[in-house]
Amino acid sequence: MTKGILINYDYCTGCHSCEVACKKTLGLPEGEFGIKLTEVGPYEYTDKPAPDHWEWTWLPVITKACDLCMGRTTKGKMPSCVQHCQAWCMYYGDVEDLAKKMDGKTRWALLATRE
Amino acid sequence: MSEDDFFKKASVVKLDTLSDVNDIGKPWRYEEDGMTVTRTSPWSPPGCHPVGCGLKLYVDAEGRLERVEGDENNPVTQGRLCPRCIALKDYIYNPARLLHPMKRDPKDRGNADAWETITWDEAFDIIKAEYDRITAQYGRESIVVFAGTGREGGTFFPFGSMCFGTPNFCYTQSGYACYTPRLAAIAYIGGTTYPEWDYAGALPGRWDDPRYDLTEVLLIWGKAPLESSPDGFFGHAVIDAMRRGTRLIVIDPRVTWLSSRADIFLQLRAGTDTALGMAMLDIIISEDLYDHDFVSYWCYGFDELAERCSTMPPEKAATICDVPVEDIYAAARMYAAGNPAAIQWGLSADQKTNGMQHAQVIVSLMAITGNLDAPGGQLLPNSSAGHNEVGFGFDKGVGDDLLAKMVGLDQYPAYCMVILNAQADLMLKALETGEPYPIKMGFYAGNNLMSCTSMEPERWHDAIVKSLEFCIGFDTFMNPSIEASCDIFLPLKTVAERDGTVFTHYAPCTVTAGFMHEAITVGDCKTDYELCYELGRHLRPELWDKEFNFRSAKEFMEALRLGKREEGRYFDKVAENVVCQIPIEYYKYEKGLMREDGTPGFATPTGRIELWSTAFHGFGEDPLPYYEEPQFGPADPELMEEYPLILTTGARTTAFFHSEHRQVPRLRALNPDPITEINPVTAQKYGIADGQWVRLSSPFGECVQKARVSEIVDEKTVHAQHAWWFPEEEGSEPNLYGNFRSNINNLLPNFHFGKLGFGAPNKCFVCKIEPIEESYDTDMTEVWDKFGKLV
Ligand code: SF4
Ligand code: SF4
Ligand code: SF4
Repeated sequence: MTKGILINYDYCTGCHSCEVACKKTLGLPEGEFGIKLTEVGPYEYTDKPAPDHWEWTWLPVITKACDLCMGRTTKGKMPSCVQHCQAWCMYYGDVEDLAKKMDGKTRWALLATRE
Repeated sequence: MSEDDFFKKASVVKLDTLSDVNDIGKPWRYEEDGMTVTRTSPWSPPGCHPVGCGLKLYVDAEGRLERVEGDENNPVTQGRLCPRCIALKDYIYNPARLLHPMKRDPKDRGNADAWETITWDEAFDIIKAEYDRITAQYGRESIVVFAGTGREGGTFFPFGSMCFGTPNFCYTQSGYACYTPRLAAIAYIGGTTYPEWDYAGALPGRWDDPRYDLTEVLLIWGKAPLESSPDGFFGHAVIDAMRRGTRLIVIDPRVTWLSSRADIFLQLRAGTDTALGMAMLDIIISEDLYDHDFVSYWCYGFDELAERCSTMPPEKAATICDVPVEDIYAAARMYAAGNPAAIQWGLSADQKTNGMQHAQVIVSLMAITGNLDAPGGQLLPNSSAGHNEVGFGFDKGVGDDLLAKMVGLDQYPAYCMVILNAQADLMLKALETGEPYPIKMGFYAGNNLMSCTSMEPERWHDAIVKSLEFCIGFDTFMNPSIEASCDIFLPLKTVAERDGTVFTHYAPCTVTAGFMHEAITVGDCKTDYELCYELGRHLRPELWDKEFNFRSAKEFMEALRLGKREEGRYFDKVAENVVCQIPIEYYKYEKGLMREDGTPGFATPTGRIELWSTAFHGFGEDPLPYYEEPQFGPADPELMEEYPLILTTGARTTAFFHSEHRQVPRLRALNPDPITEINPVTAQKYGIADGQWVRLSSPFGECVQKARVSEIVDEKTVHAQHAWWFPEEEGSEPNLYGNFRSNINNLLPNFHFGKLGFGAPNKCFVCKIEPIEESYDTDMTEVWDKFGKLV
């Protein structure tokens, strides 16, 4: 079954814990990432009332270096990024199960890597 | 309640995203895959406010820390960590870390190459000789202990009182503009200490505990909880609450992640908060949205407050604060309707001359809406709460005669007595002028004041270097303050190398008590309590061995932190819990738990929350809140002509704790350069491009930073990061690790505090800005080369 990481990115605060946890787990050198944040905003919409008046979205991107934390997940543990996510907005599992969480109530992104 | 009930192991609440394979229920130390895992609840160093996020330290058979992970057993943090703890190993084994005592000839101060490694014995002998010489000539009051923040050392009052025996323990930020003004305000108005938002941290069932009511409305006022977990509060608990339905109001001159999710965001002009708060009170009172029972039973001076706030109608506040008046109405009504509602109030209340009044309106809002000590409102400590490190050993160690000599006590008793600190600005004056008496010896306790906590830092630098005949630095790394002014360096243990305690929120309103466990040994370092005990016995044997009589350093810590003297056995017993939830009660004022005499009410002269403050009145301050324009701002049009922008400084970053962590490449990479935020319209006006370096100046000085062009600030405001220095650069004077190049405190003054001695305008000042040709971009490759290879 294909595994992936689902992100409830309405709540991703851009705290960088996933990034740094991943770098420490994979022992990555300067400038390399297994997961890296992208940022949009902050800027204002003229036509949207609060709480959607401001745009400020963070979303982590998973790179080719990510091995979905094989060393941990084969033991049943969570990937290091998921374990440390301060907003607990990252979920790891089978993509089919994860996709079921995408309920239209918040903003979700499902990231699956090559097997 | 028995002690065992007090320090009872916290219950665990599993986070949804955590796997079923986890370490919940593991003991404080266990073996896994050939490694010893130690669960700990860290405080410092590196610096952090006392949050004590659960941490697992994996140590290999050779005794080396292999990795760290979040500990799922902590009821509040639940396995989550911020990047600073995740990168802890890079701090501990950093090649720049200093692991042995060193000395340097005072004539070589400022020369980074003149240090010589010595033994602890030699260091103690040198300190003893200088201590005896200086105290014989100038008295113990000639010693100053420079206190910082976040590090245990920064609030380790016994360094001053018991070890050196000086009344001059001194946090060196002008007007003590950090946390203590808030503590003082609530102490004087409500007879209690910092009312933290009740985020169910102490309840076994956490958010789902039957005793808890989810906060409906959370008002975040001048605080950035996500970036720094400030004041010992785990910042992402705000996210936990939001995900359960809590709605937000945010008041801040800057857009924050939380404001971008808030129902109401009041982006006010920096420094005008008191006007806004008075207007909100006016609305709540005039629209009859307040809690009549609480006001009539438990408040004093309501009518006077109502009358005073009526002088600040919302329309007037809207003009002062530069926010839409309908938003003020909406915020006041939403806060008042929240059942329960809570306020998270931050540093902005401390960092303005008008800050005590800002604190006063906030406490008044909490009180008249009936949210004090209500579940999901503001949690208050009971009368016996707190671990009195401030006064611990003070009588015997300092005594009344010397207490009377504390710098600033005569002029600012409301300041000096609430925290037993010398008044910061008057300490600067004493260092500069020798008045009221000469200051000759110094000790840095978790403080890098020249980079972080002092305004006009070159002035502090010159005063310290000139005035002090002898100075000691105690830290994990070299820093600009120690490089410039110290003659002895002593190496400090990190969290992974030590025992100790961590009480959330600095003990006043603790919800969890955590325990640090020593997992590794690195070099030849000591922790704060070990140094205080050993150096204290060396300098003042008659006192330590005859009066204090601790049988070991650990027993000293046990007495200081836990009120026990059992040679560390009691500590060891409770520390096995790693983290405990402190039993709490709600509505303590009804039950006689807020006053030492056990009667209902609050520990104030009237027994009520004093909306009209008898204490302020006694100190010669206005007993009611009033609004005062920032001294440097639009009230002075001539000044604004030259310095047309509002400057606000020091918003927290994720990567750093104040001036720390610049030498951890993985963290530095998140924020390589000192950043000034400027609105696109303003940037265009001054010809500033995103990423360009700019010069910021004020009547007090200037510095250069790198522009981030963003709508994060409005057109009239710029925000500049604080506490920058560059450990990769030349350390010797005059460069001093580039300490004064990007230091925003160059622009900020001393001696502009409020009537009681508190507050400084760090968050509401003025500046001008211009683009410069030069680039000072950090070369991250150099940072990696210098600090990336762990030792
Ligand atoms: S799953 Fe592991 S390897 Fe992949 S991004 Fe997360 S921490 Fe990095
Ligand atoms: S750890 Fe979680 S909240 Fe933090 S940046 Fe990563 S995804 Fe976002
Ligand atoms: S907030 Fe403090 S204790 Fe918690 S993870 Fe960050 S640095 Fe560590």
